[in-house]
Amino acid sequence: MKRHLLSASDLNVDDAILILDTAEELAKLVDGPVKKLPTLRGRTVVNLFYEDSTRTRISFEAAAKRLSADVINFTAKGSSVSKGESLKDTALTLQAMGADAVIVRHSASGAAHQLAASGWIAGSVINAGDGTHEHPSQALLDAFTMRRHLRGSKGDLAGVRVTIVGDVLHSRVARSNVLLLATLGAEVTLVAPPTLMPFGVEQWPCEISYDLDRVLPRTEALMMLRVQGERMNNAFFPSMREYSRGYGLDDKRASALSPEAIVMHPGPMNRGLEISAGAADGLRSVIVEQVANGVSVRMAILYLLLGGAFVEEVSL
Amino acid sequence: MSGYLLRAVSVLGEDKVDVLIDGGIISEVSKKPLAPTGVRTIDCDGLVALPGLVDLHTHLREPGREDSETVESGSAAAALGGFVAIHAMANTNPVADTAGVVEQVYRLGREAGWCDVRPVGAVTVGLHGTQLAELAAMAHSAARVRVFSDDGKCVADPILMRRALEYVKAFDGVIAQHAQEPRLTEDAQMNEGFVSSQLGLRGWPAVAEESIISRDVLLAEHVGSRLHVCHVSTAGSVEIVRWAKSRGVMVTAEVTPHHLLLTDELARSYDPRYKVNPPLRRDEDVQALRQGLADGTIDAVATDHAPHPVEDKECEWSSAAFGMIGLQSALSVVQTTMVETGLMTWAEVSDRMSTRPARIGSLRDHGRPIAVGEPAHVVLLDPRGKSAFTLEANASKSRNSPFLGMELHGHVEATFLRGRATVLDGKLVG
Repeated sequence: MKRHLLSASDLNVDDAILILDTAEELAKLVDGPVKKLPTLRGRTVVNLFYEDSTRTRISFEAAAKRLSADVINFTAKGSSVSKGESLKDTALTLQAMGADAVIVRHSASGAAHQLAASGWIAGSVINAGDGTHEHPSQALLDAFTMRRHLRGSKGDLAGVRVTIVGDVLHSRVARSNVLLLATLGAEVTLVAPPTLMPFGVEQWPCEISYDLDRVLPRTEALMMLRVQGERMNNAFFPSMREYSRGYGLDDKRASALSPEAIVMHPGPMNRGLEISAGAADGLRSVIVEQVANGVSVRMAILYLLLGGAFVEEVSL
Repeated sequence: MSGYLLRAVSVLGEDKVDVLIDGGIISEVSKKPLAPTGVRTIDCDGLVALPGLVDLHTHLREPGREDSETVESGSAAAALGGFVAIHAMANTNPVADTAGVVEQVYRLGREAGWCDVRPVGAVTVGLHGTQLAELAAMAHSAARVRVFSDDGKCVADPILMRRALEYVKAFDGVIAQHAQEPRLTEDAQMNEGFVSSQLGLRGWPAVAEESIISRDVLLAEHVGSRLHVCHVSTAGSVEIVRWAKSRGVMVTAEVTPHHLLLTDELARSYDPRYKVNPPLRRDEDVQALRQGLADGTIDAVATDHAPHPVEDKECEWSSAAFGMIGLQSALSVVQTTMVETGLMTWAEVSDRMSTRPARIGSLRDHGRPIAVGEPAHVVLLDPRGKSAFTLEANASKSRNSPFLGMELHGHVEATFLRGRATVLDGKLVG
């Protein structure tokens, strides 16, 4: 495995399965009487968050703490970043503090990549979401969730039919998911109005559709993406209601899914816009489970990237 | 001892001759060895002589951003690149939109003495795109401005563009358009295509350039004016310019060295050295630009030398400034992409980097052949071997070059401005 996790494309199929298998093992351990493992004792993990994202930050924080790492939270608010310190100077500061891993969330696409490539930081860089680029740990927790429900927590996702619906253009979750799911052998269909599909999407390793109703019956995992209402101001769609009618998961559409299908959402949800309350809270919904799985998967990522001898042993 | 004998030099890459430079002009060209007295002899065996290069598109940053470049440092870099005349773009601070500012830049260029610095005047006041600047005042100033451009910004308002094209006819001026439809490129970061879709960087679509060029060639045809298109970057733009020329429209176009060599794949590094406007495009575009330059559809290579301080490039891609420096690497990039590939001869390089840019800029003293009686503007280059552009050789105050460490063919040995050597042995003559 590489030293950093910047993109889902950094992982080959063996890497990805190793992370998912490790996450399963760690989940079992933490579900037992011992809540905390000593693996990363004495290691320092920095949460470097330039963007508000409480859920991702606390998920990584919980993961690091369960592995006994020291966690430093560095957020743009209340730090010198808001006074205009450069990414470079912040990175050099963290390096001076001896960070073994930096988990970075940034509004600029490529920020994590730059941190890793610059030589400013010696430790591992984990991309916790960069602009509209990628969010690889989210894709891993999504794959973990799909595998649990659809493949008995084993192996890859060969042949699993996944449908991702919504603002693909601005979604780092969609980009990472398409890459990782292709690596794991799943069959992905993206559904969105054409205005919210990226230019060049036809070269991505997935199918494209503008018709949600046609795709739903054969879908095994349905992932709804958050859609921001402000998008209609840039003519991406005429109104929230029109979007919702065409691409929202309402109760009627949810009932068109097969009984075994699962409904996912990376959160936070706009209930009533891209997903109805009934669908979000329904029997097929695994949305709350995704959050719990997020901690296990992020433990596995930290464990494998920082685990010292263990990494040497399994590195590919 | 003021003169130079260029012994056994290959003018335009052809048969070896002796060239005598004296009194600021080319005083003799002979197939037989010359033996003048009182001049310095330069053994030019293996060297190629071209007319001194003319750049239509240089950002010198003075006045206003002397931390990234000055007229002095930028024109020194130009001399090292084989240039004898450069056009200083108007987007300084204050903007070069009055006779006072263009005369200041002109005077600074003369004081530096590395090459002729021709100021470009802004088309609109403050580059705001709303009101014409005093174009005639700049044309009739000591700087004798003939090229007008809001470069960095597009003259997007069609009526303003029409009026500007018409107005400069009175003094044989030309409008050099930065073709970028502003609404189609809001917050654009890189070429819109497969790579941008993967990188999650906002796209700068080819149509934003091509739609403005289409409009402008039709406007130029309608009012019978001269139009120059800055830094064409797409295959479609080449097609539109070719079509317009076939109709007799008075349009000329330039391409940058970096658009002849680099593609948007480089953005995958998220290294802001590769962030430039217009953006690096696809390989298909690079090939079409090379063909367009070779067949003459594109008239000139222009550097778009755009210095930026380190802090504006050592940051997140989306926060970084657009632009690359390019004066010192231009000729090597052209040799690598056009000559070594067999697409162009040295005579054609001379046409695209000296003759035609001088004509577009209405520089009567430049772009002249290496012939008896002509002004002695000459560049000597050694086309043999490859080397990388290095920071040690860099004379610009900025270092944002995409060519650092990249092996390119050839290097400039000497540059003569009106018979005076500004560069000898690849070094500035102070």
